[in-house]
Amino acid sequence: MSDIETHIANTPAAVEGGQGSVGDYFALLKPRVMSLVIFTAFVGLIAAPGPIHPWIAAMALLAIAVGAGASGALNMWYDADIDATMRRTAKRPVPRGAILPGEALGFGLTLSAGSVLFLGLMVNAAAGALLAFTILFYIVIYTMWLKRRTPQNIVIGGAAGAFPPMIGWVAVTGRVDLGAIALFLIIFMWTPPHFWALALWKKINADYANAGVPMLPVVAGSDETRRQILIYTLILLPVTFLPALTGTAGMVYTAAVAALAVAFLYFAIRVYRTREGAEAETACKKLFAFSTSWLFLVFALILIERALGIPAFAPVFG
Amino acid sequence: MKDVAVNEPFGPEDMARRRKRAIATALILLGLAALFFITTVVRLGGSIVDRSF
Repeated sequence: MSDIETHIANTPAAVEGGQGSVGDYFALLKPRVMSLVIFTAFVGLIAAPGPIHPWIAAMALLAIAVGAGASGALNMWYDADIDATMRRTAKRPVPRGAILPGEALGFGLTLSAGSVLFLGLMVNAAAGALLAFTILFYIVIYTMWLKRRTPQNIVIGGAAGAFPPMIGWVAVTGRVDLGAIALFLIIFMWTPPHFWALALWKKINADYANAGVPMLPVVAGSDETRRQILIYTLILLPVTFLPALTGTAGMVYTAAVAALAVAFLYFAIRVYRTREGAEAETACKKLFAFSTSWLFLVFALILIERALGIPAFAPVFG
Repeated sequence: MKDVAVNEPFGPEDMARRRKRAIATALILLGLAALFFITTVVRLGGSIVDRSF
């Protein structure tokens, strides 16, 4: 150890905190969520009409990813009390005591301000403003307001997760077009059936009930949740075709999405019909797993079409 | 949440964590400086010296 390190090591820790490792801080960024945000934002960048310098596009993705990570850190700061009571989240850095709530707050605010300023100054102001709105929406509207008050929490709060492809699009064009709204709507309508399938798992449902989070299965019961999953699935599937109508996607996308729609509907109907025992639990797990892959595939199809040079249909809207 | 000890000297594990965090912070700062520089050059475009501001 150096002299300075020896001095620090022998000094009483007068200030609380400073115990978190690099890995703990990385975990604050919710890297799994961040990876999905990066992917959907990338699709927004590629799908948007017009050129963007590859380096600027990479910087836009970096800023969007850091902004998403900042949202995760702020969410973990505010939700530390309920995270501590749920098995799925009890080992997160703040409830575990590795990082103090104030440290998570400072980390999240610093990254939020940095990512918004970076995107606004280095890419364009509209994209920066949209990223700022997304972070505010996720923290204030979803985390602080809706999550603990209404079973519609993830329906409205899901918008926060739907903004990244729109931000990617705006990074290229500087404005919100119908094509960007179509990508937004796909994730927005996908969120309820995806998360309600997770919330129906017995352990997860019990955790939410114990923590006092009014998820739909806790408040309205599993039968109503199954009905809502089916309804939202029936709304989601036509929405998936919007990119073909706004001049963003073409024949391959449309054909593949039609096949994927049938599969999504199959899993949603299985959840709706299978209500008792281990089979019901399995049906929910299958829908949750499939819907994750489904979203990835739908967005990947847009990339595949661009990579293969398959033309998009002429826009019906926009 | 666990109580944080406030009057004990830092142990070897604490020091190792601090060291790794300090190195990570330094690398991130260096990386950011490079990113800002390159991005500024890209935004300004070619013939920077001849630009009329």
